[in-house]
Amino acid sequence: MPFIANTKAQREQMLAAIGSESVEELFADIPPDLQCGELNVPPGLTEQEVRTRIAALADRNSGGLISFLGGGFYDHFIPAALDAIVSRSEFYTAYTPYQPEISQGTLQAIYEYQSAICRLTDMEVANASLYDGGTAVYEAIMMALRVTGRRKVVVDETVSPIYRKMVRSYTSNLGIALVETPAAEGLPDRDAVAEQIDGDTAAVIVQNPNFFGCIDDVTDLAELVHQRGGLLVVSCYPISLGLLKPPGQMGADIVVGEGQSLGMPLSFGGPYLGLMASRLKYVRKMPGRIAGRTVDARGRKGFVLTLQAREQHIRRERATSNICTNEGLCALRALVYLSLLGKEGLVELARICAAKADYLRGRLLAVPGVTMRFGHRSHLNEFVVNLPMAADKVIRGLFGRGLAAGFPLVRYFPEMNNCLLVAVTEQRTKEDMDFLAHSLEVILCG
Amino acid sequence: MRLIFDKSVPGRRGVRNAGGDVEGEVSIPQHLLRERPAELPELSELDLMRHFTELSRRNFGVDTGFYPLGSCTMKYNPKVAEHIAQYPGFANLHPLIPQFPGGEMMVQGALAVLKEMDRLLSEICGMAAFTMQPLAGAHGELTGAMIIAAYHRSRGNQKTTILIPDSAHGTNPASAAIAGYDVKAVASDANGAMDMAALRAVVDDGVAGMMLTCPNTLGLFNPRIKQVADLIHSVDGLMYYDGANLNALLARCRPGDLGFDIVHLNLHKTFATPHGGGGPGAGPVGVVERLVDFLPTSVVRERLDGSYYLDYDRPKSIGYVAPFYGNFAIILRAYVYILMLGREGLLRASENAVLNANYVLARLKDHYDLPYNRRCMHECVFSASRQAASGVRAFHIAKALIDRGIHPMTIYFPLIVPEAMMIEPTETESKETLDAFVDAMIEIADLARDDPEQVVGCPRTTPVGQLDETLAARKPDLVSLPAVEGQDGR
Repeated sequence: MPFIANTKAQREQMLAAIGSESVEELFADIPPDLQCGELNVPPGLTEQEVRTRIAALADRNSGGLISFLGGGFYDHFIPAALDAIVSRSEFYTAYTPYQPEISQGTLQAIYEYQSAICRLTDMEVANASLYDGGTAVYEAIMMALRVTGRRKVVVDETVSPIYRKMVRSYTSNLGIALVETPAAEGLPDRDAVAEQIDGDTAAVIVQNPNFFGCIDDVTDLAELVHQRGGLLVVSCYPISLGLLKPPGQMGADIVVGEGQSLGMPLSFGGPYLGLMASRLKYVRKMPGRIAGRTVDARGRKGFVLTLQAREQHIRRERATSNICTNEGLCALRALVYLSLLGKEGLVELARICAAKADYLRGRLLAVPGVTMRFGHRSHLNEFVVNLPMAADKVIRGLFGRGLAAGFPLVRYFPEMNNCLLVAVTEQRTKEDMDFLAHSLEVILCG
Repeated sequence: MRLIFDKSVPGRRGVRNAGGDVEGEVSIPQHLLRERPAELPELSELDLMRHFTELSRRNFGVDTGFYPLGSCTMKYNPKVAEHIAQYPGFANLHPLIPQFPGGEMMVQGALAVLKEMDRLLSEICGMAAFTMQPLAGAHGELTGAMIIAAYHRSRGNQKTTILIPDSAHGTNPASAAIAGYDVKAVASDANGAMDMAALRAVVDDGVAGMMLTCPNTLGLFNPRIKQVADLIHSVDGLMYYDGANLNALLARCRPGDLGFDIVHLNLHKTFATPHGGGGPGAGPVGVVERLVDFLPTSVVRERLDGSYYLDYDRPKSIGYVAPFYGNFAIILRAYVYILMLGREGLLRASENAVLNANYVLARLKDHYDLPYNRRCMHECVFSASRQAASGVRAFHIAKALIDRGIHPMTIYFPLIVPEAMMIEPTETESKETLDAFVDAMIEIADLARDDPEQVVGCPRTTPVGQLDETLAARKPDLVSLPAVEGQDGR
């Protein structure tokens, strides 16, 4: 049998030591009428067979499209050194580091990851990760409710519509007031947000760059919400922080984000990485694992999981969150990725993406009938174009030419029927972008 | 060991970025830009490889040695699953592709994996359908609790309470509370099973459901589980199966046949996906027929022509719990594992898991106290109370195992056993490994009796000794920030 070591002779010796006649007898506590018959599961496959079978399934996916899809999930290049490190099985076959003396690798990596995230976002403390960017928004809301003792949350429409749907699911049973404010030309509408901030508002949630790729300075929103005693939560795209003003400098109290772009393959939706950082004064209200540095009896420095009085295994129903297993290996990926790029490399990467997006925008706008949506806003690597016809029809046509040209926004914004959300990363070459512009022109103009 | 930031040398570079084929100045206005780059480390690729290799040597994984961490099912993680998860046809697949017209046909292989796993896990658990969305076990619990809430809303039931045995893991009450429920604990009886009288005393119309593991956290199967389920069902409550201990029952007994309505599985336990030092996991949730409409959106369906699509039109659904379709690359690994085991292998897995645990129990029971002296299932729980009398606590025994090259068992849990030591060998370990573990445990028990100081001072072989956790909590040192004046506002 696969992955089972004991031989028949050994099993008999073990049964004798137990004093049992048979393996069946070990299951005597289960009443016979509750035991099932043979499962309708196919017989086992060898490694060779399973590889052949799954390779055939992989071939039924279009992994080879030239992709301009983003929407919060980007195909940045992943260096080989990253996979070499995370495939060391001392990292990936370990459990949560409950025994610090033999988990210093994981624990120091978490501490370094927390530090890197704080340096990137300009915040004071970060946790060891949450599941993804969407659950991170939800956890930030729960954290803000705990910090303020209030019951109302304001989420701007420019926050990912996927995350807004998730937040609606999670909060539906909690009796809190969840308000979504309409955007004004691609950015949060200051008046609409201000109108919703009152003495019961725990938090305002914004995203930067937002779902439409527009860049904002939300310092004024931070001041607005702070005046009424609430918190500002900013969801960020970490690669953008190579160039953009970090949320911490804009007055954010809690920063969250999807960390997928920091070295995680797209993998059809996961595993990804939920980032969370905050002001130090709120750390005891934070969800999730946190590593800290301390010393042993001989004064040697080492790392442990700390502030565990917040967590479910101690606090049970009064815990700050139910999370235990998080995205540890993904956090390691993010740390290695940020370290491989380094201080100057991340700046350069963000610059390259911005330059490419500028180039592509120029090429697309040269196609007759294509115009910019929210063109007077600033963008990094993602922007919205208006097409002269329904965007999902255009997308279908471009599929045939091996292109995933972007995301038609109509799915989440019914009034944006002709709008296409287009993203670039450093992986899209000039040739790819020229090909997209050319193909679009062929489809639109015949 | 020095932090990676302390090894940084200004101007040094690791990888080089591609993308120089487009030139251009950044057109973003200055007030939207950061003033200084983030102080990330500056290292060569070799510097970095040495740093992380050194860190990895300060870690212990299943591939390093025996890892009998009770309740965590640290079985071997097959390497072929790691290999397959990197196939470009899956790894490079953007999750938004199936969300626009025509896109579904571009991801048929991935949808097939999800649908097949739904079918396989439903069969293994006796459920009607599974969602792959929950991103870890606790996330599955929250999803399950949300389904319980949606069910009662649809019935017009006014329910406030979820019952949980006192032997339960802390996530169960935490998940129920976060979903908006009050939590009531149910006591265990002298045999370690749920106390039926205590249960009857708390079951009333306010009970929304009950969450429990089976076998329970003591590694014991409750022969009256069906009666428990009947009682909960009699007040229109739902039975929630926490799959943490499914490894004991694989292919022999199905939660659905025991009366459970909702199941979550920890793929990183039962189905051999690596735990990653704290995730990523995956926590698929299965339900019986009458709850299928409440499952999260979307669900994968099959057309008559055999093609797959994602169904988003589900008015009774609890909605999105994950951005997409779950931790796909983890689900894929578990799929590989189930295909390789097949029906025969699944049965052999649970048999050998139970055999291994009972062997450890039999060999250790003269040396440590056994609070519930019965046959166990996939794990056994001892108490170090005998040793604690001479000052050697479960904590010290755990640390003494470290010096013997063995990862400690779970300690201080379940909470109802003083000085608990919860041992789960899993089916992938050999008799020789178990014997070496048992011998080490016996040696430690003897030392605890004859020379307790030898045990209390462990570990002595690790890069650091017992760390001061009180100091860590009292004076938190949680991040290393650049000390340079004026940098990023600090």
